[in-house]
Amino acid sequence: MLHFGKPAFLKRYANPLEMGRDGIMGMNQRNINYISRYNRRSLYPLVDNKLKTKGIAVSHHVNTPKLIGSVQDQHDIQNVLDIIGDHSEFCIKPAQGSGGKGILVIKDRNAQNGHFIKSSGEEINNHDLRRHLTNILAGLFSLGGRQDIALIEELIHFDNVFSGFSYDGVPDTRVIVFQGFPVMCMMRLSTLASDGKANLHQGAVGVGICVRTGRAVRAVQFNQPIEFHPDTDRRLSELTVPHWRQVLELAASCYEMSGLGYIGTDIVLDRDKGPMLLELNARPGLAIQICNNAGLLPRLRLIEGLTKRQRLTVPERVEFSMEHFGVWNQS
Amino acid sequence: MVSRGVFYFVTAILFVAGILLMVYQHLTFEVPFLPGQARTLWSVEAKIEFRPSGDGPVAVNFAMPAVQPGLLQVRQDTSSLGYGVDYLTRHGSNYVEWTKRSVSGEQVLYYRADFLIDEDSSSSSMRIPPLSENAEPEPYGTAIAELADKAGSRSADPFSFTAQIIKELRNSKDSESISLLLKQYSRSGIIVRALRAAGIQAREIGIVTLENGRRNRQLESRVAVFSGPRYQIFNPEDGTSGMRENQLIWTDNGNPLLNLTGGKAARVSFSMLRHRISAIEAGKLKAGVDKAAGGEMVSLSIEALPVEEQSMFKNILLLTVGVLIVVFLRIIVGVKTSGTFMPVLIAMAFLQTNLVVGLIGFVAIVGVGLVVRSWLSHLNLLLVARISAVIIVVIGIIGSLSVLSYKFGLTEGLKVAFFPMIILSWTIERMSILWEEEGYHEVLKQGGGSLFVAVCAYLAMSSGIVQHLTFNFIGIQFIILSLVMIMGNYTGFRLTELKRFKPLASQIRKYPNGDQQVQESERLRGELKELHGDPHNVYRKWKHQAQDELKKAKGADAGGKED
Repeated sequence: MLHFGKPAFLKRYANPLEMGRDGIMGMNQRNINYISRYNRRSLYPLVDNKLKTKGIAVSHHVNTPKLIGSVQDQHDIQNVLDIIGDHSEFCIKPAQGSGGKGILVIKDRNAQNGHFIKSSGEEINNHDLRRHLTNILAGLFSLGGRQDIALIEELIHFDNVFSGFSYDGVPDTRVIVFQGFPVMCMMRLSTLASDGKANLHQGAVGVGICVRTGRAVRAVQFNQPIEFHPDTDRRLSELTVPHWRQVLELAASCYEMSGLGYIGTDIVLDRDKGPMLLELNARPGLAIQICNNAGLLPRLRLIEGLTKRQRLTVPERVEFSMEHFGVWNQS
Repeated sequence: MVSRGVFYFVTAILFVAGILLMVYQHLTFEVPFLPGQARTLWSVEAKIEFRPSGDGPVAVNFAMPAVQPGLLQVRQDTSSLGYGVDYLTRHGSNYVEWTKRSVSGEQVLYYRADFLIDEDSSSSSMRIPPLSENAEPEPYGTAIAELADKAGSRSADPFSFTAQIIKELRNSKDSESISLLLKQYSRSGIIVRALRAAGIQAREIGIVTLENGRRNRQLESRVAVFSGPRYQIFNPEDGTSGMRENQLIWTDNGNPLLNLTGGKAARVSFSMLRHRISAIEAGKLKAGVDKAAGGEMVSLSIEALPVEEQSMFKNILLLTVGVLIVVFLRIIVGVKTSGTFMPVLIAMAFLQTNLVVGLIGFVAIVGVGLVVRSWLSHLNLLLVARISAVIIVVIGIIGSLSVLSYKFGLTEGLKVAFFPMIILSWTIERMSILWEEEGYHEVLKQGGGSLFVAVCAYLAMSSGIVQHLTFNFIGIQFIILSLVMIMGNYTGFRLTELKRFKPLASQIRKYPNGDQQVQESERLRGELKELHGDPHNVYRKWKHQAQDELKKAKGADAGGKED
């Protein structure tokens, strides 16, 4: 390959032919050949609204955080204490929220005055709780400021295998599921630079996860490979997701549940209840390829080539993906 | 899903239809593909002066210009105070007839006609004159016959015959018979008579020589000589033949230029003026002539609309160009914008203001709007109320910008009122949410992207060629539609993705993943090939493999639990 005389500015751009050979998927390719071909528009509300996602998850016996109740109207807010009942730990989130905004985590209740204790230790009273609910209903946290619904869920007790891997909060596992096959996985770890958010372009660390073993493939921050978490200094290659087969089977079963052919599933690990589906995304991003140092297209095309893929059961599909898309031989 | 074949077929049809429509308009209306081509239009004015011979009625018959190749008459009008005007045809020639019951004093009538220099115009009203048998009275008949005999012996065809006659007339001025003839007839009269005597069809015609800005020109005499269907025009003075480009035949059927009853001392003079007009205007004029002649044509141009609606429609047609730019920049380049088509509307506003004023206005309005909106967000208003408040604030900003700039004497600033206020309000709202959700980086990125797209769209829409094409060719809309459809089908990388995935593309071959020995893309391509080669058996093999592994894994699990 000739590299002489290549203008300097061109070096900042990749060769599209090489990218095509490596099977890197672009936005247009994803939108035309995968999202619009395999995701029916009418099914989008199922994933855009967490209440509906939860509804179908329950009816398909997919493990998700248990719903305590929901607040749909302003006047329901008066009854919120009845809905909460004697739950002392719970979590309130907007049904159409994005990026973790508007999530209120209550860890405990003050036995004397009945105040709620937030995860930060701060105490809030009934009035503060109601105002938060009002803000959610008014759409303060939802995309485009649409009116929303507030969900009250049981608190997830995070598995502490991930402690030290994230600056703030507990990371979830993103699994891209295509036609019911887990295709590629990653974890997004918040950093100080990302302000505790899990957005890769804001400086969160992305860790590619091997489909076969659940072990970290590699970690990247700002598109460059890194070895240690910038804030906690933990060696990122030590990251391994436990209960890996269960995680993938949970993700794969979201295909039958939602009917969407190309989805991103976000899964958290509960200390006691195992993997749980947090939310679905009908337009999963492409940065997962950078985290895994691999293109999505060869994996997607292999699955498209399986004409009788619909006959395989969930464990068979997971085993197939582990077989073909794995990076590490052993965990 | 519509099959690819149908899609490409429809797109191709649209594209070809667009091209054909453009060619049709180009050929029928002579709309040029590029702006700025000029055509020449001659305005010739005939001034008819006479004195009435009494108090009685006056009728003036004035010959209208002949139809001729190379010059197309596109307009005519008359100016005559108190006269009745009529256009009529008599003996195959067209006349304008002025009539008035009673006149007194010097009379002046005007007839004006516009001629377009037009290579394609080939029709002619010239008709072959009949050969008259009546002999000339003596002694002129003999003199003419003598002249014809002399020329006839030295010529081969009607045209060389004419040339010989003219030469003879010039050379033998002193000859007795010729001076006798010259006393009786005009030069061209002699030539025509000599030609007729020799059995050649010929006629006297009158021409006007077109010279820019000349006044007071007279009709010049020429001789048209026919040979079969062909004819040539000779100058009786010097014998040169043919017409020059700037010569206009006025009378071509031997008809008199002016026929006046009830008047005397008539005088006709011509003045002329040359105009340069755009090719589009010329095409319109020509189309108008065809329409008057009963030719039914579909104009397919917005020129068919009333003028007031035209300017509005021109903007609408330009919009598609802006949309095309947006589609290109978003799908092929991958520029992020705030609101899909907001940049086009901003670009439309730029067209009204101009780029600098537009940019300053946009940044000022959005900047102030964002500040106000951030304050509004503390009030926890509901969405509709919040947007409405932003709209009112935007109107306020635009109003104060206008007033301020006017006070400072900058009338350009008044034009910020052309900004689409609702769109701007939504832009502010979206950017403010973006600011809260993603930080100011993303706001700058999307705001800058939107402005970049708007400026690109503005540059395209303000280009003379683009405006010319969209205004004049409806076919371009079909082409744009097909291009948009084709781009909507583009699955390749965006330009920005080449940069985004550059680290990945350079690392993907450099660092092997985990225990992988072969590049994953190559291994999977091999497996896909294997699958395509024998779909049934490979599928079965893989399925059994998975089932076996599954059993093993279950067994290991169970074993582990037992331990």
